[in-house]
Amino acid sequence: MTERILQMTQKFVACLVLGFALVSTTAAWASGGGALKPSNANIADVQSLQNGAKLYFNYCSGCHSLKFMRYSRIAEDLQLSEAQVMQNLNFTGANFGELVPGSMHAEDGKVWFGAAPPDLSLMARAKGVDYIYNYLKSFYLDASRPLGWNNTVFPNASMPNVLWELQGVQKAKFKPASGDHEAEFEHFEVHQAGSLSSKEFDEVARDIANFLQYASEPAVFQRTSIGIWVLLFLSVFTLLAYFLKHEYWKDVH
Amino acid sequence: MANRLSQAVTGMQEWFNDRAPSFLPFYRKHMTEYYAPKNFNIWYIFGVLSMVVLVNQIVTGIFLTMYFKPSAAEAFASVEYIMRDVDWGWLLRYMHSTGASAFFVVVYIHMFRGVMYGSYKKPRELVWLLGMLIYLVLMAEAFMGYVLPWGQMSYWGAKVIISLFGAIPYVGGALTEWIMGDYLPSDATLNRFFALHVIALPLVLLLLVVLHIFALHEVGSNNPDGVEIKKGPKGNRWSPTAPADGIPFHPYFTVKDTFYTGCFLLVCAFILFFQPTFGGLFLEHDNFIEANRLVTPEHIKPTWYYTPFYAMLRVVPDKLLGVVTMFSAIIVLFFLPWIDRGKVKSWRYRGLGFRIALVVLGVCFVWLGKIGAGPGTDPVETIIGRILTISYFGFFVFLWVYTAFGFEKTKPVPERVTGHD
Repeated sequence: MTERILQMTQKFVACLVLGFALVSTTAAWASGGGALKPSNANIADVQSLQNGAKLYFNYCSGCHSLKFMRYSRIAEDLQLSEAQVMQNLNFTGANFGELVPGSMHAEDGKVWFGAAPPDLSLMARAKGVDYIYNYLKSFYLDASRPLGWNNTVFPNASMPNVLWELQGVQKAKFKPASGDHEAEFEHFEVHQAGSLSSKEFDEVARDIANFLQYASEPAVFQRTSIGIWVLLFLSVFTLLAYFLKHEYWKDVH
Repeated sequence: MANRLSQAVTGMQEWFNDRAPSFLPFYRKHMTEYYAPKNFNIWYIFGVLSMVVLVNQIVTGIFLTMYFKPSAAEAFASVEYIMRDVDWGWLLRYMHSTGASAFFVVVYIHMFRGVMYGSYKKPRELVWLLGMLIYLVLMAEAFMGYVLPWGQMSYWGAKVIISLFGAIPYVGGALTEWIMGDYLPSDATLNRFFALHVIALPLVLLLLVVLHIFALHEVGSNNPDGVEIKKGPKGNRWSPTAPADGIPFHPYFTVKDTFYTGCFLLVCAFILFFQPTFGGLFLEHDNFIEANRLVTPEHIKPTWYYTPFYAMLRVVPDKLLGVVTMFSAIIVLFFLPWIDRGKVKSWRYRGLGFRIALVVLGVCFVWLGKIGAGPGTDPVETIIGRILTISYFGFFVFLWVYTAFGFEKTKPVPERVTGHD
C-alpha cells in the first residue's frame, strides 16, 4: 500500500515537474529575448499602483483613453475612496461608474501629432509591461522630428516626452552608420536635468507601467487569490480520488 | 426503513424499464458491462480528458455567447466587457481559452498513443477514421473560435488561412469570397464564423464523438500490450462470458479517470489562474489589439496547435505546392491503418526501426511547431524545416516499406496482458 502510494506520488510529481518545465520553457521561448530592461513592476504593490494611477491621470489621460476601465473599478481595486478618485483622478466630469474617456478627438490627434494617441487599456498585454517602462525612459531630443522628440524603443514615435519636467531632457549617442551597418544606439546623455533623480524617475516609469499592467487585466487580483484556493481544493479532491481508486482496484489482480 | 427505501428504488426502476426498456441495457453495455483491458497505462487517459475538455468548452461557451457580440464593430469590446464587467466573466473566458489549447494537447497525445500501441489497426480502423474526422472538425472549430475576439491576430490569421483556399486553381478566388462573404475578413465573416463555431461544428463534433465511442465499444479497447483480450480466455468475476483480462469500465475506470482528471485539472488550473496567456501562446499579445485592416502585425502566425502545418506551408517555396503539402500532412494520417502492414500492434513488441521512426516523427512535429511559431525569416531554419517536412512524410513511406516487405523484426507478443497500474 505505502509502496504504491509512493510510486503514484513519484509519477504524479514527475508529471507536474514535466508540466511546469514545459510551461516555463515555452513561456520563455514565446517571450523571446530583446534588450528591454526589467521594470520590476509588482502588481501586488498597491502603493505603486496608486502612484501609477496618479501619474497616469495627470500626465497621460489628457490624450490617452482607458476605454475599457471604469473609475469605480479603479477605486475598488486600488483601495481608494470614491471621493479620492473623483477629486484626484477624474478630470473629465465623467460619472464614477463610467469608463475613462480620452479628452482628445482622434481626428485632432491625427492633425496635431500625426497619429491619434492609442487607447491604453490593453497596451500592457499587447506590448508587455517592460516595454512601457523602457519606452517612457527612452525619449531623446531629435531636431529632425516634427515635435523635436524621438524614442529608441519605438523609433519615430509621434508622442513627445510628456514627462520631461520630471526626467529632464536627454540626448542619444549613436555609433555612426558605416557600410551595411545602420546607426546603432549607444547611450543617453543628460542635456538638461529634471526635477527628479534618475532613480526616482525609474520609479515613476515603473509605477505608470505597473498601473497600465493592472488596467490591462483588472481581474488579476481575483484570478490569483482564487487560484490558490482552486489549486488547494483540486489537490484534496485528487488525493481523495486516489484513495477511492486504490480502494476499488484492490480486487483487480 | 432500508427495506422501504430499496422497495422504492426497485419500484422506480420497474417504472422506468416498463417505459424505456432499452435504456438500462444501453447503460450496461457502455458502462458496467463494457470490459476494458485492465492494463491501461497513463497514455490511455487522454481520450477521457478530451471529453472533459469538450464539456468544459460547451458549458463555458454557452455562457460566453450570452455576452459576446458577433459583429466586427462590437466583438472586441464585448470580450473586454466579459473580462471586466461580467461577474466571473474572466474565469469563463480563461476556461474557454485555456481549454482550447488543452484540447489540442490531449488530442495530440491521444493520437500519438494510438500510433504507439497500434490502436488504428484491424479491427479498429473505423475508430481511427472517426477520430481523424473529429480532429479535422476540431481544427475548423478552433480556427473559427480564434477569429471571434476580433483582435489583430484573429483578423490577420483569418486572412492568411482563408487565402490558402485561393491557391486552388480556377475556383480559388471565388471560394475565398464565398467563405468570407466579402473581399476581406469582415463583419459578414465574423458573423458566420460565430454561427459555425457555436452551433454547426459543435453539433458535428458531438455526433462524431458519440460515433467514435460507439465504434470503439463494438470492437473493444486496445491496450499497451496490443493483445486482443476478446480472443483470450473467457470469464471474470463479473461474467463468465467476458474477457478474463477485462474489467468493467464502471466503476474501475471511472474512478481511475476521476483521479487522473484531478491531476489534469490541477495543471490546467495552474495555467488558468497564474499563466492565462501562457507567455503569449494561448492568448497572443497581438490579439489584445483590436483588428485593423490597415496595420499588418509584424509576424502573422496561427495559434500553436497549427504551427507544425503552418511551418510546412512556409518552407515550401510554391504556394499551391505548400498548401498541398500542408493538407497532405493531415490527410496521410487517415490512411495510417493501411500504410502500416505490421501485424504486431504495440511498440513494446515492434521492431527497433518502428520505435526510432516514431520518436523521429514526434521530434519533427514539435520542431516544426516551433519553426511555424517563429518569424520564418531565418534561411537556415527554412532548410531545417524542409528536412523536417521530408522526415515527417518519410515516416509514412518508411513505415510502409518496413512492414510491407518484411523488414520488421518483431518480438513475441504475450498471450495475455502483462500487469496493470
